[in-house]
Amino acid sequence: MQTFAVYVDNVPGVLNRVSSLFRRRAFNIESLTVGHTEVDGLSRMTIVVDTDERGGRLVEANLYKVLPVRRVVNITQMPTIARDLAMIKVQANAESRPQVMQLVEVYRARIVDVSPETLVIETTGTEDKVDSLLEILKPYGVLEMVRTGRIEMARGSIEGPALVPGRAMHGARGPHDSGAMSV
Amino acid sequence: MSTRTLTGAQILWESLVREGVEVVFGYPGGAILPAYDAMLDYPIRHILVRHEQGATHMADGYARATGKVGVAIATSGPGATNMVTGIATAQMDSSPIVCITGQVGSGLIGSDAFQETDITGITLPITKHNYLVTHASEVAAAVREAFAVARHGRPGPVLIDITKDAQLGTCDFDWEAATPDIEAIDRSGQGFGADAIELINKAQRPLILAGHGIILGGGTAAVQRLSEQAQIPVAMTLLGIGSVPASHPLNLGMMGMHGEAWVNTAIQEADLLIALGMRFDDRVTGNTRTYAPHAKKIHVDIDPAEFNKNIRVDAAISGDVGEVVTGWLPHLASVDRSPWLDHINRMRGDVAVRDIKNMPDQGHLYAAHVIHDIWRITGGNAIVVTDVGQHQMWEAQYYHHEAPRSLITSGGLGTMGFALPAAIGAKVGRPDAEVWVVVGDGGFQMTLCELATMVQEELDVKVCIINNGYLGMVRQWQEFFYQRRYAATPITAPDFEKLAAAYGVWGATVEARSEVESTVEAARRNTRGAVIDFRVEQEDSVFPMVPAGNDLHNMIRRPSPIVETAAD
Ligand SMILES: Cc1ncc(C[n+]2csc(CCOP(=O)(O)OP(=O)(O)O)c2C)c(N)n1
Repeated sequence: MQTFAVYVDNVPGVLNRVSSLFRRRAFNIESLTVGHTEVDGLSRMTIVVDTDERGGRLVEANLYKVLPVRRVVNITQMPTIARDLAMIKVQANAESRPQVMQLVEVYRARIVDVSPETLVIETTGTEDKVDSLLEILKPYGVLEMVRTGRIEMARGSIEGPALVPGRAMHGARGPHDSGAMSV
Repeated sequence: MSTRTLTGAQILWESLVREGVEVVFGYPGGAILPAYDAMLDYPIRHILVRHEQGATHMADGYARATGKVGVAIATSGPGATNMVTGIATAQMDSSPIVCITGQVGSGLIGSDAFQETDITGITLPITKHNYLVTHASEVAAAVREAFAVARHGRPGPVLIDITKDAQLGTCDFDWEAATPDIEAIDRSGQGFGADAIELINKAQRPLILAGHGIILGGGTAAVQRLSEQAQIPVAMTLLGIGSVPASHPLNLGMMGMHGEAWVNTAIQEADLLIALGMRFDDRVTGNTRTYAPHAKKIHVDIDPAEFNKNIRVDAAISGDVGEVVTGWLPHLASVDRSPWLDHINRMRGDVAVRDIKNMPDQGHLYAAHVIHDIWRITGGNAIVVTDVGQHQMWEAQYYHHEAPRSLITSGGLGTMGFALPAAIGAKVGRPDAEVWVVVGDGGFQMTLCELATMVQEELDVKVCIINNGYLGMVRQWQEFFYQRRYAATPITAPDFEKLAAAYGVWGATVEARSEVESTVEAARRNTRGAVIDFRVEQEDSVFPMVPAGNDLHNMIRRPSPIVETAAD
């Protein structure tokens, strides 16, 4: 697995350009998230690709061929903080609710919605932690789940000098790609 | 700086003129009408094509012949989709073209309006970049950036889709404010490569692999100096032909599937490959696992995405080939490489005896004879534009190109139908050059409608049809690998001489070797173009041949001594 932090100008079509590249070059995306950054006009993608180091270099070089891509950092070998956020709707009646709540406690997750027959649990953590909570909850009946996919940040300040969004046109007009998105 | 209020259509032409555009190849229609109307007021030559695919190939041929950006223009919907093949062709061969398409009004986008097509979506994977412009105020910046993107780094096609309301709307035209951010566009690195120099100085059996990048970047002189100074022979890819003169003693010729046998053998024996502006396409490597097994590899390319894509290399240097190589020159040690050069020359002499053009005239006409004669008669100075198939490989083998930009051919995509329109574009760009088309009877029938464009524009292009009555290259594969089961490869054709006459072009038919020279001379005397139908051996094959995926040294060779194949 190779993980990249990819800074892109938040222009229309940019997500389409990046995902089209992965499709065309037959690079396997494990997860892709995109969201705004601290800089207006710049978005940041966290992309996890199923490939080796050589493949990682190819991915990086190809990303730089996408015009709105401003910077690519391969953070695979860096000390990072990786998080995944999930909301899990689980069946919980009066009888099973205490057990579920206990598990939530153990996992330091949170209950964010309660109805007579269901609970919605919110959890953040590494993908492993989320996976494991999900496994534990399955016997109770998982009705619905949504996950953000992995977001990841290098520790310390090693991602290079400050970036400014390009003032160039960079792209076809269309709906803005903004907010979070997973593949 | 003063600004003027103009329509988007006017701004388009203002911008094109400022980008140095003198000619565009196009075809009008509803969604691009405002732009066409405004065009009449600007000093730009418009060449009306007969099919929009032709417009893109013409822009491509123009770009390849001149080094300038070629421009094609078309309407929305079918006009735009007809451009797709030409755009993909330009993308695969890194040819800088800008395609401009009309689009339905921005308010109609997404409604399946008449002649609406998502052309930016369709061309996204086959352009370097593309734009959908929906306001007049965006036109200038889009055009400027498109030209910068097409030209900088590794060149390629860019498409600008302009909605009808963006063409009709008005705004202040401010050229300065539309200056592109070159730093954000040009992503080529500047490499030097000390380890590369060490590898070169240590090598006993080095080879330069010369690709298209040398020609695109203007690095031909630097590469020739590298070759001479270090006494390193040069092998060329199909698109690298012309990077070093064919007559240069260190130039070995073409490599790959139909490359010269001694070149492929030399690659397999080399201890160092210096790959310059080439990308180890499967047509030049054959089986990658057995490719150049004894060689260290140095790869210089402006596009780092090519490094270790197909072949693992020992040193990868990103940058303009000419600049990188020039940086090496002062550091080259003098090494005696005469044993290696002598060895290659012995292999060369050995296979020359199998050369079909040396065969005595037995009454049959071979494509090799035709191309050899055209080479001889034109002194190797013509621009030759080929189509795709057997004739393309024979051209590469038998026409010896002395100058860069003198062979124009669709290498990466292998687009049949490319030759005639690309030759028209080349002739428009270099009116003083003698331009020849070498095309098969199959491919010519794909885009021969552009003969009318040639006539309307009074362009002098000579067409040499290698007419074998088959889709020859496919027939050859069927002969070698499908037990001669000729599925859908016998092809009929009109009488090309009469067809030429119908278009108002001088034409001739040649069946004997003895008539080739006089007919080529007659064609050259005609200044309004010419079409010659050469009825050649029907079942001749291109040799040598490395079957797809085979080891590069496992070549099918022309039977020796040469036996006539025809029963006619
Ligand atoms: C547009 C397109 N369609 C199909 C092919 C596949 N193809 C490659 S070579 C060839 C035969 C070409 O025949 P012809 O034009 O007569 O030239 P020859 O090989 O006989 O010289 C074909 C069909 C192609 N390259 N391009």
